Amino acid sequence: MSADISLSCDGLSVGPSPHVHDQSLSTQAVMLYVLIALSPVITAAIWFFGAMAVSQLLLITATCMLCERLFTWMRGQPCPLSDGSAAVTGIILALSLPATTPVPVAIVASLTAIGLGKAVFGGLGMNLFNPAMVGRAFVTISFAAALGGTGYVDPQGVEIITQATPLSMSGAQLESYPSLLHLFVGEHNGSLGEVSVLAALVGGLFLCLKGVAAWEIPVTLLAAMALLTVIGQLLGAAIDPDMTVLALHLRIDQALCSGALVFGAFFIATDPVTSPISRRGRVVFALGLALLIWIIRTFSNYPEGFMFAILLMNSVVPLINRYTIPLPVGAQPQTKKEAAS
Amino acid sequence: MASTAPASSAPGHFLGGVHPPAHKALAAAFPIQALPHPKQLVVPIQQHIGAPATPCVEARAALSAGQRIAEAKGFISAHVHAPLAGTAQKPANVTIASGRHLPAIPITVAADNPGGEQSFQATLGGHWDLGAIAGLEPSAIAPQVAEAGVAGMGGAAFPTHVKLSAQEKAPIDTVLVNGCECEPYLTADDRVMIEAPQAVLAGALIAARALAAGRVVIAIEQDKTRAMASLKEAIAQAGQALPGVSVEIIGLTPHYPMGGERQTIRAALGRIIPEGGLPSAVGTMVINVGSCTAVAAAVLRGLPMTHRVVTVTGRGIAQPANLWVPIGTPIEHLIAHCGGLTPQAQRVISGGPMMGFALGNLSAPVTKGTSGITVLTDADLGDAPRTACIRCGRCGEVCPMRLVPSRLALASRHENWDLARSHHILHCMECGCCSYVCPASIPLVQWIRVGKACLPRD
Ligand code: SF4
Ligand code: SF4
Repeated sequence: MSADISLSCDGLSVGPSPHVHDQSLSTQAVMLYVLIALSPVITAAIWFFGAMAVSQLLLITATCMLCERLFTWMRGQPCPLSDGSAAVTGIILALSLPATTPVPVAIVASLTAIGLGKAVFGGLGMNLFNPAMVGRAFVTISFAAALGGTGYVDPQGVEIITQATPLSMSGAQLESYPSLLHLFVGEHNGSLGEVSVLAALVGGLFLCLKGVAAWEIPVTLLAAMALLTVIGQLLGAAIDPDMTVLALHLRIDQALCSGALVFGAFFIATDPVTSPISRRGRVVFALGLALLIWIIRTFSNYPEGFMFAILLMNSVVPLINRYTIPLPVGAQPQTKKEAAS
Repeated sequence: MASTAPASSAPGHFLGGVHPPAHKALAAAFPIQALPHPKQLVVPIQQHIGAPATPCVEARAALSAGQRIAEAKGFISAHVHAPLAGTAQKPANVTIASGRHLPAIPITVAADNPGGEQSFQATLGGHWDLGAIAGLEPSAIAPQVAEAGVAGMGGAAFPTHVKLSAQEKAPIDTVLVNGCECEPYLTADDRVMIEAPQAVLAGALIAARALAAGRVVIAIEQDKTRAMASLKEAIAQAGQALPGVSVEIIGLTPHYPMGGERQTIRAALGRIIPEGGLPSAVGTMVINVGSCTAVAAAVLRGLPMTHRVVTVTGRGIAQPANLWVPIGTPIEHLIAHCGGLTPQAQRVISGGPMMGFALGNLSAPVTKGTSGITVLTDADLGDAPRTACIRCGRCGEVCPMRLVPSRLALASRHENWDLARSHHILHCMECGCCSYVCPASIPLVQWIRVGKACLPRD
């Protein structure tokens, strides 16, 4: 059976209603908006990291699009490059890696992002995990030396990458933590896209205003993170007087402006394919995300928790969706048992 | 209670919905005009929801205008009358706009019928004696309306006498007159309100009398200022025509699907019908403005429902118009009268572009529920490329029933009936908002319709 009929009958075209369609937004337009929103972040990355950023962005985006072409060809599908989603994945992946990423590592990351992150699930819209984060996680684990905290530092590179990334400092170094202004504008070491909070905010707000990103996610995530930081401070004062764990001693503004948090909150966590459908579900998702980021920042060896947190939360999205089916107008709330069945 | 309460300025809303370009200006300014009689009518015996009527005239019988030609069968059914004098032909099958094949009685129209202008004046024009309504016996109203074969003119064509029969279990306190013509392009209801406000008011008061309701609320979209003004004037003139019944106009935000009865009730009265329930569950009876005039004509003038106002509009028609049309008129006759299709015409729709039916055959007849003929061009139809669902959630945001259309469509496609039920598929009102906005151009409501039809009932 098919619901998709548009036929011609006696010279008249016929088809099921509705006969008109909102022309203002197509999948392509959605991706275009994402690209526009990413442009401040890209600009900031190029400003701070120069040619290294340009070559990395070009390399990874091109590889991602090539992989998309390859995998759709292998599966005998029409190649939907024109929908722009592979380019978006590529740019986000490039922005989530440090400027010092070796070329082979970047290529492996692109390959896994599109191959393991997207194609194996059936392509656009079917993937469970954020493709860019899958690629990022794969290389983070496989090439720990290149992408761990020390991998970010290159004494020979542009000035900014001669210092350690803020979150990989120890608590005792808190004194030398970059100033809020530096964190906000982006003058510190980190992955290409995460350094400038300002750029991410500008682009992110545009996305939310255009209705492309669900504002509930960044708002909930950042608010929850602020709350957890306060709790962390209290905890830190009690159990960590020697200041060994940096995350327990950061101020709220430092915690919010460090790492990939703001960039990820607007550009990665809001990926509609891998976040919940309902408003309620999105809030739950963002809360879980905040908690995981905080736990990883505080208790693990990885200085930044965003990537693993998002992958873990992606995996429970179907579960969140199942428990947050919106109630139709006029419906009685179901019992728990019914909702779960 | 004052019978001329001022129009409430508080805009009414419902959740979700869309704003498709309205294009009302194409036809809104044209007064209702009588269509010249066609040579032949084809009158289906089932133009309403419920049981088909049974033909009660022999082939070759001479028919007078308004003569009953098919008997209602059971309570939820409606009589059918000959719109014009003529000769009955042998019943034949006809395909109506919705695509259903139905038996119909063809009528060869006699040459000596009085012009359509006269029937228009007799049905909607002239003076209405609103004072007489107070003297009507409430329980006698529904049978009179049934006698006239009135079925809802808003689209669904539910037999109106059923709604006018007072039910002890579900008392009605409010008659809500639905003047929200939310489908783009259509202007038939708007014209009726502008040109026959007294008839609308009379029908509403009769309904209130039949159901012993104390309140009549006329809901109109705020941008229909002319309709609002003319109704206001009619209300002021009527004074306290029916003691104990207040009449007010409520302006609602122009918004699709404001005319859906759940949406109108919510926006105008703030009442929410429980899932699977009827308006009577919240003490409300909803009646379309056109149906109001039919009720008034039936009860106060003893006229059966034989004609209706049909908007012929769209950029694919040469001269848009609002026409007074005998039921059973082939749609091609309306189109010819309006100057025919333009070269750009692409799709002819019975109804509006959001919920109407595309016609493959222009000989389909006008029925009691035909509110308009919309002819769209290629540019109107557009062709957005289909992609995979990007799960943007827009479909759910615009769903006035708060469903998750992407899920429902998926469930229908995979025949996953558990998923469909857990997401309340039967609650879908098929308004089409989801398909309208989907950036991936996925035929959501189209799939959901398939799913609703195939869902195993238990
Ligand atoms: S609007 Fe279309 S693309 Fe967006 S979630 Fe619904 S079905 Fe998917
Ligand atoms: S799911 Fe049904 S009720 Fe909801 S928007 Fe789609 S057609 Fe309308």
